[in-house]
Amino acid sequence: MRIQSGKMQSRLTKWSVVAVAGAAICLLAVMPSPAQAPAYKAPKTKDGKADLNGIWQAMNEANWDIRPHGASQGPVFSLGAAYSTPAGLGVVEGGDIPYKPEAAAKQKANYADRLKLDPEVKCYMGGVPRSTYMPYPFQIVQGTDTMMFVYEYAGAVRVINMAAPTKAPADSWMGWSNGHWEGDSLVVDVTSLNDQTWFDRAGNWHSDQLHVIERYTRIGPDALQYEATIDDPKVFTRQWKMSMPLYRRMEKNAQLLEYKCVEFAEEVLYGHLRKQPLKGDSK
Amino acid sequence: MRRHVLSSLIALVAVVSLASTLAAQAQVAAKPAPAAKAWTMPRTPDGKPDLQGVYSNATTIPVARPANLGAKEFYTDEADKAASAAAGGRGGGRGGAARPAAAADPEGNGLAVHYDTSQFGLGGPTVKRAASLRTSIITGPEGRVPALTPDAAKRGAERRAFQQEHQWDSAQTRPLAERCVTWGFEGPPMMPVGYNSTLQIVQGQGFVSIVQEMIHDTRVIPTDGRPHAPAEIKQWMGDSRGHWEGDTLVVETVNYNPLVSIQGAMVSDVAKVTERFTRIDADTVQYQFTVDDPKTWVKPFSGEYNMVKIGGNVYEYACHEGNYGMANNLSGARATEKK
Repeated sequence: MRIQSGKMQSRLTKWSVVAVAGAAICLLAVMPSPAQAPAYKAPKTKDGKADLNGIWQAMNEANWDIRPHGASQGPVFSLGAAYSTPAGLGVVEGGDIPYKPEAAAKQKANYADRLKLDPEVKCYMGGVPRSTYMPYPFQIVQGTDTMMFVYEYAGAVRVINMAAPTKAPADSWMGWSNGHWEGDSLVVDVTSLNDQTWFDRAGNWHSDQLHVIERYTRIGPDALQYEATIDDPKVFTRQWKMSMPLYRRMEKNAQLLEYKCVEFAEEVLYGHLRKQPLKGDSK
Repeated sequence: MRRHVLSSLIALVAVVSLASTLAAQAQVAAKPAPAAKAWTMPRTPDGKPDLQGVYSNATTIPVARPANLGAKEFYTDEADKAASAAAGGRGGGRGGAARPAAAADPEGNGLAVHYDTSQFGLGGPTVKRAASLRTSIITGPEGRVPALTPDAAKRGAERRAFQQEHQWDSAQTRPLAERCVTWGFEGPPMMPVGYNSTLQIVQGQGFVSIVQEMIHDTRVIPTDGRPHAPAEIKQWMGDSRGHWEGDTLVVETVNYNPLVSIQGAMVSDVAKVTERFTRIDADTVQYQFTVDDPKTWVKPFSGEYNMVKIGGNVYEYACHEGNYGMANNLSGARATEKK
């Protein structure tokens, strides 16, 4: 597996950017992907678009590590089995992330120091694509010229511009989203993301050159297929892609609740500046 | 510490007695929306009034009516308004809406203006505001927030005393806005702020979402007739449910976090806020609200302002992520103690 992917990489680097994209498409065409599975006919909104309205959530272990990984002890021993890491099959197509060598080293350093460095620990907004598969629901509110994606974690929000594409005035945590329809798929082009967010708790990272193209496709009455093509020439040797299903929160009374986590991060961020230090590490 | 408690109690008694002398009959009726010209209500594909867009709720209308205007709810015209302003009767900061007495805010955010926005070129004509002849956001003959109940006054005083005594102890004892937990204006009811008074409404199937740029606070409001979430779940923005009454979106909110303040007073577990959104022309949404919390105020009060459509976007306000001030303030306090 590793040898194969290495071979593929060296071949790919000889090709032009256009050829790489073409190869990726060919490669995907032969890979089993639920997105291509039985042509499910998405229900339509009253204005004729595929209806993506709903509260959605990933049901996987990507937030621990987007790559295939076995179960492991969590970083805080006192939390024991309750907060350790469940194994996951991974969501990266092909399994591995094509880091440049120095970037791969930085991921390892991030992982080693994750309690201090993971933006999730600090209640910083999750960025794109991580916000999609954190263990919290998010809601798509599908308007006519705009769509709003609201994430329970940290109350992060994205407004997807569905009109003529616009440019961001500055980088931000959740980036700048221009969307359009390709058939029944919503395609969102996300740029101007800052370099402060991670892909997961394993320290997988990106730079401010990150460009994400997301694709949301209904694959059933209560499921979406989510794909994110990741491009960041500073960090990766080529584009790569992750994909996963997202599931509808089907509770009759499902709604987003507040997870304004600033309160939960203050001790870890500012506890050392307390007048009276807290005793112990728990409430 | 004892002196602080005493002086805030005296201040409070003064505020309460002033308010009760002014107290008259509750008045919650709002002025009818101005007649539309050749304009028809735009509708979403499912037939509801289309409220979608990016709006500003910036205003120079003060929350409370300037005392010299008595029961006058509207200026007769712009000239009347200008004359009143020249006479010093116009409330409000230079860049934003007036706040009630500074001392009344238990979180210590009670500055009349958070920043003087005119210093940043954000005041005056650079900000698009809905035209209005209102003399105050609070409607009715009194035009101000009613008196607190004795219990609410006590609650507020205790909280203020605690905050005062422990203000530099830790992040958790700093004001909510400084902690980037809530700004204190996003409500509901949503109150204009001196700057960044930008909000966006998007309507989806069975939900209306409203994002306020300050501090990226978003409500996704179910409009499908479901009951409120269980009362055990208290939230900083409460729990909102919407329904349509004719062409007006009516939103009712309950279950506020007990540390939430509305107009400087900490709300109780029975607080209920009703908002009414009515699009009245191509550019304007009329926003009305009623705050009803018998454990906090002696009677309900209502308010109204118009929000105006602006071009452009709501931008990301990453308040907590960029909160360098918190660590700086606390380390400053620790350094001072060592001196």
